[in-house]
Amino acid sequence: MAIANIMLVDDEVPFVEAMTKRLTRRDLEVEKAFSGNEALKKLIGGSKTEVVILDVKMPGMDGIETLKAIKSKVPLVEVIMLTGHATVESAIEGMKFGAFDYLMKPCDMDHLITKVSAAAAKKRQHEEKIINARIKEITSRRP
Amino acid sequence: MKHALYNKLRFKLISITVAVSIGPLLLLGFALYYQFSNLYKERIEDQILHLARSQSSAVDVFLRERTSILGMIVETQSFEDLSKQENLSRLFWQINRRAEGLGLVDLGIIDRDGNQLAYAGPYNLKGLNYYQQPWFDEVLRRGKYISDVFMGFRQVPHVIIAVKGACDTNCWILRATIDSEIFNRLVRSAQVGTAGDAYIVNRDGIFQTGPRFEGVILGPSNITPQQFGEGTMVLEKKQGGGDTRYVGGTWLKEGEWLLVISQIAGQEAGWLSRVRNTATLIIVTGCLLIIIAIVLISNTLVRHLEETDLQMNELNAQLIQQDKLAALGKMAAGIAHEINNPLAVIGEKAGWMEDLLSEEEFKTSENYKEFATSISKIEEHVDRARKITHNMLGFARRMEPRLDDVDVNRVLEQTIDILSNHANINDIDIRKKFAGQLPVIASDQSQLQQVFMNLINNSIDAIGSDGMIEIETALDKDHITASIKDDGPGMPESIKKKIFDPFFTTKDTGKGTGLGLSISYSIVEKLGGRITVEGSQGKGTTFVVSLPVVLPEKK
Repeated sequence: MAIANIMLVDDEVPFVEAMTKRLTRRDLEVEKAFSGNEALKKLIGGSKTEVVILDVKMPGMDGIETLKAIKSKVPLVEVIMLTGHATVESAIEGMKFGAFDYLMKPCDMDHLITKVSAAAAKKRQHEEKIINARIKEITSRRP
Repeated sequence: MKHALYNKLRFKLISITVAVSIGPLLLLGFALYYQFSNLYKERIEDQILHLARSQSSAVDVFLRERTSILGMIVETQSFEDLSKQENLSRLFWQINRRAEGLGLVDLGIIDRDGNQLAYAGPYNLKGLNYYQQPWFDEVLRRGKYISDVFMGFRQVPHVIIAVKGACDTNCWILRATIDSEIFNRLVRSAQVGTAGDAYIVNRDGIFQTGPRFEGVILGPSNITPQQFGEGTMVLEKKQGGGDTRYVGGTWLKEGEWLLVISQIAGQEAGWLSRVRNTATLIIVTGCLLIIIAIVLISNTLVRHLEETDLQMNELNAQLIQQDKLAALGKMAAGIAHEINNPLAVIGEKAGWMEDLLSEEEFKTSENYKEFATSISKIEEHVDRARKITHNMLGFARRMEPRLDDVDVNRVLEQTIDILSNHANINDIDIRKKFAGQLPVIASDQSQLQQVFMNLINNSIDAIGSDGMIEIETALDKDHITASIKDDGPGMPESIKKKIFDPFFTTKDTGKGTGLGLSISYSIVEKLGGRITVEGSQGKGTTFVVSLPVVLPEKK
């Protein structure tokens, strides 16, 4: 089983391509999206994605807007913001809107995988809690 | 050029204010002076006229009296009686006894041939013949005669009064001499003050009485009697010393003599001139005080303006500089960000290549090592480029205080990176002695960077070229200290006191704004720290920045 199912969202195509290859090699399921809109569509359309790695600066719908949309449509999916140095502030702002963490670009591969694992773990834990709660609910209904 | 402008302004200010304030004062002064002068002149002229008239009538009366006495004698005595010596002597003695002070020196009886038949008096003049004397004919013609002052036989200045005796054919003359000293005394009583003079001249301007100054009796005077017309008149004469002499003249003795009374302006009516002098003094002093005050005030004003302008210019220059920096920062940030994206791609591609290279089939390739070295070189240089863009971004960040997690060593490192090129060009060696374990503190990274930038830049400027800067960090209880020490020329105490003052600079005009250290000081104060300076002239300078250890809030 893969370490985690992730989605890479960045308008920089070569960057996404290279990252995807490298992450796949390290046992991650990687889905690609080149804009906020595309990512959102894929997530709503039943993607297995657990963690979204989201670039802050994108044309059209930017990182923060995309984050807000993801958190409202698919709240269980964790988001890690990816940023250049100049937009650290917006990355921190992203934390306020529910991002799991932020990473500086270009990023160290091992560091990225650690963060992604942690995020995926959190998501699974979260889901587990919800499932347990559901089970409890269902079982408590039947005497 | 600029100085000339201020001088022009100063000149305009002074001249306009002086004109407006002193003009009316001077006008008033001149009006007063004119009034005073007129009053003064009128007064002195009145005085002289009055004196001249009364004095001349006194002299006239004196002469008329003597003439009348002689006339009376001629009427009442006969020629035969008087020509006897003893009779004449008795008469003379009687007259002098009864009327002392009449001033008659002698009496003489002269027959129609000019022979003095009898003589009573102190001189031995009996028997002299007066036929040739100019006055002799005059007496016979006019009946009576008063001479000018002359020396005569006795060689003493005197006046004679002669009256013709009653006769048909055998005419005779009674002659009396009046000591001219009596005139002198009479006329001199009109000499007022220390400079006033009074004397009599005849129609030819010859002194008939001795003047007080310049001239002797019977000597020529500098008076032209015709100037005085026929009545009484006052003339003004300028004298050598700048004084004005008022000269009044009035005719007497039936227009033969002129009584002259003169007075120097200022001698007479002293109070009037004193008042005038006091007024002049007050006005002059007032004007001087006003001018001094105006000059002082104008100077202060213009100097103030000059200083304000200078500060404004410096502030403007500073603002322009800030604008430039802001624009530069924006551009740097833009460039850095745009470069960051391709850098990320290069990094990832190189990473991917590295990943692939680790596969078994490539390891056996003969060029494996070359590939591996090249990839690590690419990664190394991507890292280097990233460092540069990060520095640029850090430098370009905005100024508002913002608390970051700050590693002082790292901030210093970044700053030194930015300045290393500048230092290298000038042969300045920057040595680092960083403390190993400094806590990360909550502070403002970009502002701290600005402070260190200012201090290190100053050190580089102070050294000029070929020198050493030692940068040391340390943890001292609850403070982190960063000291920047240079081996430049140092500075004297007098400059050390002022270096944190705004607008104080020792750099050439236009090169330093004098704000760098001042801004650094206020930044460090705002961050709760202190900035101090050590060292003295010839021994280099050390700036020590001390920052409180405030641990960042846990996230």
